[in-house]
Amino acid sequence: MEYKRVAITEKAIEILNQLKEKHGDLIFHQSGGCCDGTAPMVFEKGEMYLDDSDILVGQLEDVNYYMNEDQFEYWKYSHITIDVVEGRGSSFSLEIPLGVRFIIHSRLLTDEENKALNTC
Amino acid sequence: MGYSKPKFKEKYENFINGEFVAPVGGQYFENTSPIDNSLIAKYARSQKEDVDNAVAAANAAKDAWGNTSVTERAAMLNKVADIIEANLEEFALMETCDNGKPIRETLNADIPLAIDHWRYFAAVIRAEEGSATELDANTLSINIKEPLGVVAQIIPWNFPLLMLSWKMPPALAAGNCVILKPAEQTPSTATLLMEKIADVFPPGVINIIHGFGPEAGKPLASHKGVDKVAFTGETTTGQLIMQYASKNLNPVTMELGGKSPNIFFNSVMDEDDTFLDKAIEGAVLFAFNQGEVCTCPSRLLVQEDIYDAFMERVIARTKAAIQADPYDVNTMVGAQASNDQYEKILSYIKIGKEEGAKVLTGGEACKLDGDLANGFYIQPTILEGHNKMRVFQEEIFGPVLSVTKFKDEAEAIEIANDTLYGLGAGVWTRDAHQLYQIPRAIKAGRVWVNCYHAYPAHAPFGGYKKSGFGRENHLMMMNHYRQTKNMLISYDKNKLGFF
Repeated sequence: MEYKRVAITEKAIEILNQLKEKHGDLIFHQSGGCCDGTAPMVFEKGEMYLDDSDILVGQLEDVNYYMNEDQFEYWKYSHITIDVVEGRGSSFSLEIPLGVRFIIHSRLLTDEENKALNTC
Repeated sequence: MGYSKPKFKEKYENFINGEFVAPVGGQYFENTSPIDNSLIAKYARSQKEDVDNAVAAANAAKDAWGNTSVTERAAMLNKVADIIEANLEEFALMETCDNGKPIRETLNADIPLAIDHWRYFAAVIRAEEGSATELDANTLSINIKEPLGVVAQIIPWNFPLLMLSWKMPPALAAGNCVILKPAEQTPSTATLLMEKIADVFPPGVINIIHGFGPEAGKPLASHKGVDKVAFTGETTTGQLIMQYASKNLNPVTMELGGKSPNIFFNSVMDEDDTFLDKAIEGAVLFAFNQGEVCTCPSRLLVQEDIYDAFMERVIARTKAAIQADPYDVNTMVGAQASNDQYEKILSYIKIGKEEGAKVLTGGEACKLDGDLANGFYIQPTILEGHNKMRVFQEEIFGPVLSVTKFKDEAEAIEIANDTLYGLGAGVWTRDAHQLYQIPRAIKAGRVWVNCYHAYPAHAPFGGYKKSGFGRENHLMMMNHYRQTKNMLISYDKNKLGFF
């Protein structure tokens, strides 16, 4: 069985598809820190400079989900589900003009998931 | 004594070139109050064209403004302070409505502090001097500070007028024109300020652009007509703004949050006196402003031999905090600023529980009655666990405290520094050696010693590590908004002799 670190809800897929139509290829980047931080942010592919320090945590509907390696150290035992709620963020994330905001639900990985994903 | 929701107009516009102007695209967004989720007003939903207009106005004004005397500029900054002070209650009430924070905070902290920041920078530019050095008998080096020109400032929603007042006065005092974008969750007091001070500065010197990050924030941060960007927010947007700045070779300052440790050594409990009472309050300050502070003391580190006794009092004091209508002057904890913050905080409390943290108090949303049932309230929550848990490592930006114990000084320092961030920290002790040595060992830009959450205008504030760089407040901040002109003057009549 294949285990994954990230999932996405149907509602969030709908928003993601709307954004794809308008903006083309997209990526998610997980933010940390103040205010609107600790939220998944969505940008046009190529908008943000990514390098080896950005871990590709998963792929959602062809959209790569990245997180900085420092932050990943603390998140690697978590399973993440991207969802969407009504709200306003003040970041540059593309869904904000729609009056919604991507958010994260997380749970700890199960023992099987942890074994499959974190041992190599 | 209680207040109620203030009156607003139906809609508000951008402030560009000394007047209120409708957004070019004619679009507005609805701003709601987190107190009861009711509509406040509509605000301009700006696009790139609006940003272009503001940047053009600022560029047209910058030469004349940069040449005004410090006497004139100081007088204008003082005038702004006087105007806010004369309308303190109106600003406080509007801030509470827009952000959800209790009126006792806006009346006694946000607005009075904002006023003082305008006065502080009015004062320091009058007293400041440049430098001149005689390099040899015939050579004089003169350093003159010159403004950068046009500064873009993007501020958050947790202290709307105060963050404006941290950023705008030093940039103006240094002789720059400013374009400021308030957070779209809290555009109200910036707009009220423009209404009140519309005539204080020449047109184009101050400009306010409302709207969403991707539509208005990005064009502003990446604009070629801007000479510097100052940002307070989170890491991903910070990284993007630095990327844009790199294209324009512009300087930036970044204030990006933290996960601040608040450390209590056993000597705080040597006596049961007023100092211990202050220390207990210092631990409960995690709930100040509903935890929506970038320096929120969200990690509590308590020495193990006083842990049980100390926590008993911290929990009792936390439970005694009054969470009710933010318009009531007795209310201590108000509403979270928005629905998405509310959801995020609850999701963190959930993961804390799953990670095995023990809920010592709170742990749930707070349900209030009447219209407030539609607002976003969360009980002040204390989670007991260890520093590797996500609730100890990530900024929750809510009234959630993660507590753990330590054995000795070495372990306290190790836990305190085991974080990606380095903005604030607190150290509480009666031991004279610890008072100095522990703060020096903590990698953070601000260490409060036997106090917390004080933000005087003349103490520099800013981050180490992933909390950003550059400093705010204090005279030194002026240099983030200036460049140095060096005049190297020769009084030697003789040629070099090379040619």
